[in-house]
Amino acid sequence: MKPGRMLNLVLQSLFKRPATLNYPVDKSGMPKGFRGKITFDPSKCIGCRMCMRDCPANAITINKVGEKRFEAVFDLGRCIYCAQCVDSCLKRALVSSPEFELAQLDKKKLKVVFHPPAQEASGL
Amino acid sequence: MSALFSILIYPGFLFLALFGLIAEFIDRKLYARMQNRQGPPWFQPLADFIKLLGKEDIVPDEANPRMFRLMPLFALTAVVSSIIYIPLWKTGALYSFSGDLVVVLYLLTLPTLAFFIGGWYSTSLYARIGSVRSLTQMFAYEVPLFMGLFSPALLADSWTLSEISQFYVDHPMYSFFNVLGFAISLIALLGKLEKAPFDIPEAETEIVAGTFTEYSGRLFAFFRLSIDIEMVVGASLLAAVFLPFGLSGDAVIGFLIYILKVLLVVFLLTLARTIFARMRIDQMVRFCWKYLVPLALVQLLAILLVKGVVL
Amino acid sequence: MHDSHEHEHEFKIPLGPQHPALKEPENFSIALKGEKIMGVDIRLGYNHRGIEKACEERTFLQDVYLIERVCGICSHSHSSAYVQAVEEIAGLSVPRRALYIRTLIGELERVHSHFLWLGVAGHEIGFDTLLMYTWRDREIVMDLLAQLTGNRVNYGINTIGGVRRDITPEYGKDILAAIATLEERTKYYIQIATEETSIIKRLSGVGMISRQDAVRLGAVGPTARASGVDRDIRREDPYAAYAELDFNVITDDHCDVFGRTVVRLKELLESFKIIRQVVAKIPDGPIAVRAPRKIPAGEALSRYEAPRGEDVHYVKSNGGEKPERVKVRAPTLANIQTVKHMLRDRFLADMPIVIAAIDPCFSCTDRLVGVRHLDNHKRETLSWENLRLFSLGWHRARGFDVAIAEKKLHNLMEH
Repeated sequence: MKPGRMLNLVLQSLFKRPATLNYPVDKSGMPKGFRGKITFDPSKCIGCRMCMRDCPANAITINKVGEKRFEAVFDLGRCIYCAQCVDSCLKRALVSSPEFELAQLDKKKLKVVFHPPAQEASGL
Repeated sequence: MSALFSILIYPGFLFLALFGLIAEFIDRKLYARMQNRQGPPWFQPLADFIKLLGKEDIVPDEANPRMFRLMPLFALTAVVSSIIYIPLWKTGALYSFSGDLVVVLYLLTLPTLAFFIGGWYSTSLYARIGSVRSLTQMFAYEVPLFMGLFSPALLADSWTLSEISQFYVDHPMYSFFNVLGFAISLIALLGKLEKAPFDIPEAETEIVAGTFTEYSGRLFAFFRLSIDIEMVVGASLLAAVFLPFGLSGDAVIGFLIYILKVLLVVFLLTLARTIFARMRIDQMVRFCWKYLVPLALVQLLAILLVKGVVL
Repeated sequence: MHDSHEHEHEFKIPLGPQHPALKEPENFSIALKGEKIMGVDIRLGYNHRGIEKACEERTFLQDVYLIERVCGICSHSHSSAYVQAVEEIAGLSVPRRALYIRTLIGELERVHSHFLWLGVAGHEIGFDTLLMYTWRDREIVMDLLAQLTGNRVNYGINTIGGVRRDITPEYGKDILAAIATLEERTKYYIQIATEETSIIKRLSGVGMISRQDAVRLGAVGPTARASGVDRDIRREDPYAAYAELDFNVITDDHCDVFGRTVVRLKELLESFKIIRQVVAKIPDGPIAVRAPRKIPAGEALSRYEAPRGEDVHYVKSNGGEKPERVKVRAPTLANIQTVKHMLRDRFLADMPIVIAAIDPCFSCTDRLVGVRHLDNHKRETLSWENLRLFSLGWHRARGFDVAIAEKKLHNLMEH
């Protein structure tokens, strides 16, 4: 038993750089494969709605907007970022992105809609 | 006019408030850096103070409003008035009379009493436990603190702070006899300032904020400020009695040396609160009576021997 | 008359539901005489989220993610215990590689949990320096978990029939490097915790519980092992890959908070040993088998040694897509009984560290709402809808109308 066992470490730290990262200014970046915001590629979607069925939080809605055209509505407030939809998607239309700073003051901005590309006008 | 200047500006309220805030910043920054953290920016204590001034004062329904409001000011006044008798950068204090060491020590006891009364009258259970603890703790550290500070006084044959520092300026080697007393007083000062390992009266994880649980806004700001000032005054007292070096030079250098001495004491206090866990109140009382008091007695005995043999 | 005089100086102080010592809402009502604790009343239930009931509303696959959120610290423990039960009902044979990955994540989770605990213990005894250093070092394992699984907490690595992500050989190198640093740090903390006077003074002799009492009150995990109860599910009922791995079960007979600290710190060294073996021995092969959506009727009980102790899950299926019943017995529920015992005749100052020493996770513990009528002592279990109605009425009676509050919030958002 000795008092002040951490003295050495503590004094050494005085002359070291702090371990803190100044977050909003410096960012450490997310590792590869981080499960952040989900992105949706409408051109790959076949409308099987497996993602809707497996989503534990009911955060995804796939709407049919035309012949073989689907739009996805994500509720980021509900999403728990488990990326089960990415696993469930048969056509890899859903992908996790490393984006994680998704806090919003306005609840409406938490609804993210991925519109399908504008259909080529039939007249052309 | 000059009396008013010395009470309000230097070395009175304004100087002490600023120095106290700077000392708090240095304490917090060192604490953070020793924990490998970043720590607050330099204006943080001032910003905290201003923020608290702007907040609402909430007085609990059950509390005694007069006592509740009076105590922070009481604590502040007591610590500010004690600086007047302490020699800062020259051997003479602003005012001095025979036996002022005892008066300064009693003035420094008043904030603790104010914490006790303020906490007691705020009627919160946590505050009451905290205030009882701070009083219990006071009885433990006060005796070694007094004994630690009396030994250099005994050697200098005076109870006047200005004369004590004059004596050690004339005989600088004698202050080395007081090293043990310095260590004892430093530990006791930790108790007086309620800093870890003796932060028992405001132990966050046990009794929320202890004495200050019900305090908010301006009243809390004054309590915090008085603790900051108490740290500076306590450090100045220790510096004047135990470290009387560089007092005879000119004003600017003397002043700088004074600041450095205070900061050295602040650094030692910070170091202690970084490397120790909080004690329990029973352990603290036992530690003070079992180790500090006997050591202080040894110091006094040594001083008496030195006096008999050398002088 | 005499009695009232005895109790004159006794008073009750509430610790919680909101208190700096508690990281989650829970209520301890302490009868104090001066600084001495005369009695403690524990009230659970502030954190009830209805997870078990919610599990019955979701499919087996969705429940993996819901169950994972029972606890923020030992999330892998809960999801592993759950998938083990479901796999047993469905009769799936999980590939060995998946079992090894589960073991690896489980041990990394234990490392991060024990580091977290050491920091919290330091904070509870007013030693924030220890907190800052342990949590700084904990970042290493958190980053590693994020790299391996895709998230720092709620790893989402388990799925029914295996795991979702593979560990590539490059990751093996990162794991070993991180483990080497952490092992060195752990040895340093063992030195600090067993040698620093001010820590030992606050820990030894505090929160005593004898071996007999620990067994009688059903303590689990490090709390039991620190009282000399040699019990570890990893050895006694091996799951995942533990049967093929070599490790020691750490016990201690200090029976106090100091003993619990020593057990946790030494367990860290065992975890590093296990992780090294997993990296060396991990077999090749697939990482998952296909699980059916409908799980055949049946029931299973699964045990898992979480960082806090034995975690028990019971799952019952009626042959549909959704479970009929999921029951979670978190380790804290087993340990919480001991707290009352440990605090007998201790000081108020010991309260935070004694509670922290069982490494409580109150939101794991709060499970079921049972109602007993005061007048006729009839017992009743609240249904989902009744609970909601009761909650709305409770708040309205106290001047908080949810409908009005929602409208106000909405207006606030508009502007």
